[in-house]
Amino acid sequence: MSEGSNIYLVLLANFAVFSLMAVGGANSTVPEMHRQAVEIHQWMGDRTFSELFAIAQAAPGPNVVFVALLGDYVAGVPGALAAMFAMCAPSCTIAYGVARVIDRFEKARWRVVIQAGLVPVTIGLVASSALIVARAADRNAATLLITGASFALCYWTRVTPLLPLGLAAVLGLTGSI
Amino acid sequence: MELFLGFAKIAACGFGGVLAWSRRIIVQERGWLGAEEFNEQLALCQILPGGNMLNFSVMYGYRVGGTLGALAALIGLIGPPTLLMILAGMLYRRYGDLPALRGVFAGLAAAAAGLLVATAAQMIGASVKHRLRPTHVVAALTLVGVGVLRWPLLWVMAVLTPVSVALAWWERR
Repeated sequence: MSEGSNIYLVLLANFAVFSLMAVGGANSTVPEMHRQAVEIHQWMGDRTFSELFAIAQAAPGPNVVFVALLGDYVAGVPGALAAMFAMCAPSCTIAYGVARVIDRFEKARWRVVIQAGLVPVTIGLVASSALIVARAADRNAATLLITGASFALCYWTRVTPLLPLGLAAVLGLTGSI
Repeated sequence: MELFLGFAKIAACGFGGVLAWSRRIIVQERGWLGAEEFNEQLALCQILPGGNMLNFSVMYGYRVGGTLGALAALIGLIGPPTLLMILAGMLYRRYGDLPALRGVFAGLAAAAAGLLVATAAQMIGASVKHRLRPTHVVAALTLVGVGVLRWPLLWVMAVLTPVSVALAWWERR
C-alpha cells in the first residue's frame, strides 16, 4: 500500500488506535505518536515534533488538540480533521456507552482496583512523554537551561504555565537561544 | 447551548494542557481535592481510554442533557481549539522556518518540555509519598520500556496493565 495515496487512511487508522491506548489522557500516547510520526512514517523530524507539541501546549484547550496539529502538518486541514476524528470517536463512543449504562459513580471494588492499577502505568507514560519531548526539544545548553527553569517554575511555584512559555518565546525572539 | 459554552470556557482556560491546569486549579488553588484524591479522580477518567476531559465532557454532557448534551459538551471542548490549531498549523508550515522565529519555537519547545517534566514529577511525588510499593516498579518499567527503549506502547501496555491491576488487587485483598 502506497502511503502517499492513502495518507488519510493511515492517519485515521493510526489515531484510532492511539485513541484506545490513551490511558490517563492524550499525553500518554505522545511516546507512540513520536514513534509513529518521527521514526516509522518519518512525517517530520524530532525538532518539528517538539515544536508542534509546544504550540499545542501554549494554546488553550485539552492536550488532545496536539493531534490536530500533527494531522495538519502531515496532510493539511483534511488531515487535521481526520486525525482529530479518529482520536476522539472511538474513546468518546465508549464513554458515551458507559454513561448510558452507569448513571452514577458507584464505589465498586473492581473499579477501585482497576483505577489503582492504571495509575502506575499512567505515571510511567507521562514520565516517558516528558523524557521524549525533552530529548527532542533540548539540543544545546540554552534549551536545557530553559527546560530546567520551566520545570522549576511549574514545580515549586504557582505561576501560570504561560509564564515560562512566554519568557522562553521572548528569549528566543531576542536571539539568545 | 449552556453545555457547549461551559465546556468551550473550560477549553479556553486550559492553557498549557488541561492536565497541568486541572491539577493546579483543583488541588492548589481551590483545594477541592487533595493531591492523592486528585490522582484517584484522574484514575476514574483513566479507566476509560481517551482524553480525560473528553470523556468527562461526554459523560457529564450525557447526564445533564442526554445525547445532544454529550455532543454539545464535546464539541464545545474540542471544536474551538481544533480550529485554532488548524490556523496555527497553517502559520507554522508557512512561517515556522523563518530565521527570526527559529529561536522562538526552540524556546517554546524547551519550556513546554519543562512543563511536562513538572507534571510527571508531581504525579510521581503524589504516588511515592507514603511507602514504596510493588506498583512503583510498574511505573518504572513503563518508563524504561516506553520512554527509554522505545518499545511499542501497545505491547508494553498489554503486558504491564494486567500485571499492575493484579498487583493492585493483591495489595487490597
